[in-house]
Amino acid sequence: MSAAYCRRTLLPLASAAIVFALAAVPAQAADPIRIGVIAEAASVAGAAIPNAANLAAAEINAAGGVNGRSIEIVAYDNKSSAADSVRAFQRAVQQDHVSAVIASYISEVVLALEPWAGRLKTPMITPGAASDLITHRVHDDYDHLKYVFHGYLASTQISDAVCDAARDLLLPLKVKTVVVMSEDAAWTIPLDDEYLKCLPKIGVTVIDHIRLSPDTTDFTPVFNKIEDEKPDVIVTGISHIGVQPTVQWAEQHVPIPMFGVSSQATTSTFWKDTNGAANGVVFNMFSAPDVAVTPKTIPFAEAYQKKYGVTPSYAGYTAYDDVYILAEAFKKADGTDPDKVVAAMEQTDWVGTIGRIQYLGRDSPFTHGMKIGAGFISGLMVEWKDGKQVTVWPKDVAVGAMTFPSFIRLAQ
Amino acid sequence: MLALQILIDGFAISALYGVGAVGFTLIFGVSGVLNLSHGAIMVVAAVTAWATAASLGFGRFGGAAAGVLAGLLLSFATYLLVVRPIQSSRAIPREEKEIFVLTGTLLWGIMIQEAVAYFFTNTPKTVLPLAPGVVDIVGVRTPINEIVTFVISWAAIALLWLLVNRTRGGKALLAASMNPRGLTLLGFEMANIHLTVWAIYGVLAGVAGVLLGAFLGVSSDNIGTLTASAFSIVVLGGLGSIWGSLLAAYVVGYLETLTAYLVAPSVRTVPVLLLLVLVVYLRPQGLLGRR
Repeated sequence: MSAAYCRRTLLPLASAAIVFALAAVPAQAADPIRIGVIAEAASVAGAAIPNAANLAAAEINAAGGVNGRSIEIVAYDNKSSAADSVRAFQRAVQQDHVSAVIASYISEVVLALEPWAGRLKTPMITPGAASDLITHRVHDDYDHLKYVFHGYLASTQISDAVCDAARDLLLPLKVKTVVVMSEDAAWTIPLDDEYLKCLPKIGVTVIDHIRLSPDTTDFTPVFNKIEDEKPDVIVTGISHIGVQPTVQWAEQHVPIPMFGVSSQATTSTFWKDTNGAANGVVFNMFSAPDVAVTPKTIPFAEAYQKKYGVTPSYAGYTAYDDVYILAEAFKKADGTDPDKVVAAMEQTDWVGTIGRIQYLGRDSPFTHGMKIGAGFISGLMVEWKDGKQVTVWPKDVAVGAMTFPSFIRLAQ
Repeated sequence: MLALQILIDGFAISALYGVGAVGFTLIFGVSGVLNLSHGAIMVVAAVTAWATAASLGFGRFGGAAAGVLAGLLLSFATYLLVVRPIQSSRAIPREEKEIFVLTGTLLWGIMIQEAVAYFFTNTPKTVLPLAPGVVDIVGVRTPINEIVTFVISWAAIALLWLLVNRTRGGKALLAASMNPRGLTLLGFEMANIHLTVWAIYGVLAGVAGVLLGAFLGVSSDNIGTLTASAFSIVVLGGLGSIWGSLLAAYVVGYLETLTAYLVAPSVRTVPVLLLLVLVVYLRPQGLLGRR
């Protein structure tokens, strides 16, 4: 057999065989259902979103998929940019033909995507953005925006959870005054509004309210100002910033504890990124690796850690739940017709890793937000202690007690 | 009390700015290169110090040394892979080389930034402080690390001064910044001088990066700002003037600290930028520029 013969005859034959083989595949298996995941690959909070979604998809597929079809995650890095996210959303729907999108932990991004979910009639859920506006818009313009669901709590609800915890954890320490310190972002506007309302309700005076630019790198002047005002506690609302204020707080021995929302602290890399300066930081979460909020929480956190080497950020838990919720909706809707999927999503009653998930209806101002409260979703307070995230509140699930580093002045 | 606080904080941050900017201006003075990957080199040094100290168990000093070494290596890489090929290229017309070097180093910086974000995420990293703890200076609680930052920064600058003024190689460097052609006529090999100046620059940028990482923390997102801040300091002080850069570092450091304390931390860089506009307008050669 000459080389020329090989080229002339066998190659075309082989190519034809390959082409036929490829063409035959889709005919045999049903098309997978695609879910687009648009997230911030370079940030610890955002990177957990595609990771957790892939984990959920793999589990669903191993268990037989959705009505015989597998779930396929198509991930897009939005580089924390709203413009990139919109392009990714359009591409996901128009070219990659996804049937739903899980998007971002940044409120600005989700608010930019919201009209696109409506225009392109594509169900979208955010596992991590918090702005109240996300669901208020659905409430105000339901017919156009009903495709949007809120897979994380609204800022107002998060503030309330922090205030509940503050009543139980801080009042016994005779805390009377606090300074609210949060970053300047869409999600903290309703968060701060509610802090300023709910903290006085539990009997704590807010003596100052500081909003930080997310570009701040030197927090010394901020901490000095706060220290001069002599509050008992700093109540935080930070997500885009986290490592730097925490390290400078510890390094400068700022004698006032930080308590509240600190999203970067929710991931296990936070300890390493801060060289342990995180010790004593108390932050809100809705699920933690050490607490069986539901029977699914710990197995998920363990499976995630096994696969990716770190614990999931808060948005990882919710992204994992969101894939299951979408899969259930596809099952109930018997396909991917967006209106049917939305109708099925509205009927969701799913026990996920963060609690029992049901969505609020059109009558609530938080339309398509999650129901909170006992039996549904209620917050936890977690504290960094010697390299571990330890749940300190509420009492019935707490694994340890809240203690502060020695430079903290608050009576303990 | 507030005045003292501003004095102490401004002193440390200015010293840090000084080390970062002196290397930047040295490179410009000697080889005419504006290295726009400056911030990237600082951040890589800091991230290396962070990663080796914690994950590889180098400890605080080992990590810091590894960080400075990373600054040195990346500085050589910048020169050998980006700057020298452009300078020696026959395809690029001589009068366009400067703009090619600018673009080349800018893109190189962006590549490094993306690489750091890819491997280590864009979450800020903090280098273990060389000396933990705080001391009380007349009522101002000051982290010992802030004092260490100041001492090391000035030690690095003093060493540079000795090198430039007291050694033969250093004097050649100084001469090269004044008249490269004359130096070549005297039999000095410009290639060696360039390598030396990039080595010095690498060490200075490495030291500045590690100190900044321990003082405030760095993220890949800071790279552009760090380059811009070194650039402003150098332009303010007079391009190529080492003493001008040091003076400008203190002007910038104190102006920023004053703004952060007396106005608001979120507008800390604004007055500096206004000052820069004013200086470029009224005294384009900078504070101590010779031209």
